[in-house]
Amino acid sequence: MTEMRLMAPAIPKLLQSPDHELCPGCGHPVAWRQVLEVVDELGIADRTVIVVGHGCYTQMMIRSDLDSLQCLHGRGPAVATGVKRMLPDAVVITLSGDGDMVSEGLAEVLHTAARGERITSLLFNNGVFGDTGGHMTASTVVGQRTKTSLAGRDVEEHGYPIDVSRLVADVDGSAYVARGAVNTAGMAARTKRMVRRALELQMARAGFTFVEVLTMCPTGWFVPTAGGPEYLEESMIATYGIGEHKTPPD
Amino acid sequence: MSTRTLMQGSEAIADAAIAVGCRFFAGYPMLPFTELLEHMSRKLPAAGGVCINADTEIEAVNMALGAAATGARAATGSCGQGIALMQEAIAEAALNELPLVVFNMARGQQDYFQATRGGGWGDYRTITFAPKDVPEAVEHTQRLFHLADLHRAPVMMLGDYVIAHTHVGVSPAALDLGPVPPKEWALDGSMGGTGRARQIWTWDRGKPNTPGVGPDQHWKDVAAKFAAIEPTEARWEERLVEDAEVVVVSWGTTATVVDYVVDELRADGVPVGSFRPVTLWPFPGEALADATRGARRILVYELNAGQMIDDVRIHAEDRSAIRFIGGVSQDQTGMRQGDLLDAGVLRARVLEAVKEG
Repeated sequence: MTEMRLMAPAIPKLLQSPDHELCPGCGHPVAWRQVLEVVDELGIADRTVIVVGHGCYTQMMIRSDLDSLQCLHGRGPAVATGVKRMLPDAVVITLSGDGDMVSEGLAEVLHTAARGERITSLLFNNGVFGDTGGHMTASTVVGQRTKTSLAGRDVEEHGYPIDVSRLVADVDGSAYVARGAVNTAGMAARTKRMVRRALELQMARAGFTFVEVLTMCPTGWFVPTAGGPEYLEESMIATYGIGEHKTPPD
Repeated sequence: MSTRTLMQGSEAIADAAIAVGCRFFAGYPMLPFTELLEHMSRKLPAAGGVCINADTEIEAVNMALGAAATGARAATGSCGQGIALMQEAIAEAALNELPLVVFNMARGQQDYFQATRGGGWGDYRTITFAPKDVPEAVEHTQRLFHLADLHRAPVMMLGDYVIAHTHVGVSPAALDLGPVPPKEWALDGSMGGTGRARQIWTWDRGKPNTPGVGPDQHWKDVAAKFAAIEPTEARWEERLVEDAEVVVVSWGTTATVVDYVVDELRADGVPVGSFRPVTLWPFPGEALADATRGARRILVYELNAGQMIDDVRIHAEDRSAIRFIGGVSQDQTGMRQGDLLDAGVLRARVLEAVKEG
């Protein structure tokens, strides 16, 4: 008989309710759990402000026990700049999807990185507008089928996806840039270490910190629910890769 | 004894904003707003504040929105096209009830509609003050920060090139506008992990332990708030209207030319008076109706194709008395008012309307 072991508390401490309206197989809550656990473990819940954009992840915010500000689509890093400049001792985190950050808000994240704002921007990248029902974003990988690229993203017609982590890493004001994923337990644990490092560096006033998390959206990808992690591996991880793109000098 | 300092209008506005506690400012340079950004950039850090030369107007207004969400007094500004870019965020401030001050140092008078109609999405209005000169702009700056906090709403100054660039003697006297409610809604992170963390959102859904009313009720509440503001915050100025057969209605710096011409014509025995909405929203509609009730002619003078005239038509009792004597008028730089802003031209247009009978 196999012994059942509880790997983590069923409900993270900083979640007021486990209710959700997300699809089966969604990777966002796995990614957000890593963030909530890090904030709790660092003991910074009472000085953290979350600035959140628009996407499926919006609803995780209204259940998280952290002070939060819902902002306009794409503008999170700009809004967070105003928050952080007025609250320099707060830990300020923005949360965006790829539609929010790479499509709508590319200017905001790059300028905020260039200013070296001491905030942490998180990108939950699933390569699709999940909230609208599966449309192409600026990070949809070549060949990926969406409702606005039915035969798959074709570079002749749709152009190339943008690797925003690489752009942010190229900007002088960024101190830490990393890309993780949540398709396996090991990858989620690695992503959690990236989030921890980013928040520690924010508190050390190192500069702009950035963690991209590749997450599953089987609904928006039109793949079976259980096939999400495998598709993520074959499509997004194969295209973008995983790892720390930029770390501050020791 | 009061003292006056000779200074540029933009600097006087910056000083007034800092004096009433503005601690965050962000903007993108655009004439004639540029000087206000310059003065803020020079003076705000010394006062313990932050001024950011933002990379777009969209970024600037959203930065100010974030600063306002922490409870700080925050402002931004631009003109014309730049204000148009900010309208989405101004609407956001109205709907998530954040106090935000916007300085629109316009290039002329073509921003009346986008200031007063609510240029963004949703059922809201933007409280808008249109000063006629620099001393009034200094007074309005103080009132705007106060009203933004009082009503938790975006507010706008609709100034222009003349106010932004004119050097005049300015008194630093501060108005006593009374207290504003404590900002218990402001985010500082301190409620995290207590089970009662705060959430600011235009849908007001709250969190499980502290549920909000949801979008339907919230948007009804916001609309009701603006309906309640409308009858209480309207301000206006009227001159010699009691026995006037002709009343000239104008706003902003244009009104100073109107006042000059009214005095001239009165000296010649022409029974003319003037009415000026000081707040463009709320529009002082009842006061306008009272001031024009006995008039044979209501002449609307503004430097655009006819924008405020819509509000005059809504409120004047006798719409058939209304005539438009303004028009689009810009100089060749496109930055400031054109030839129509002239006492001789205005005098001729008023006399023509009087003769028309």
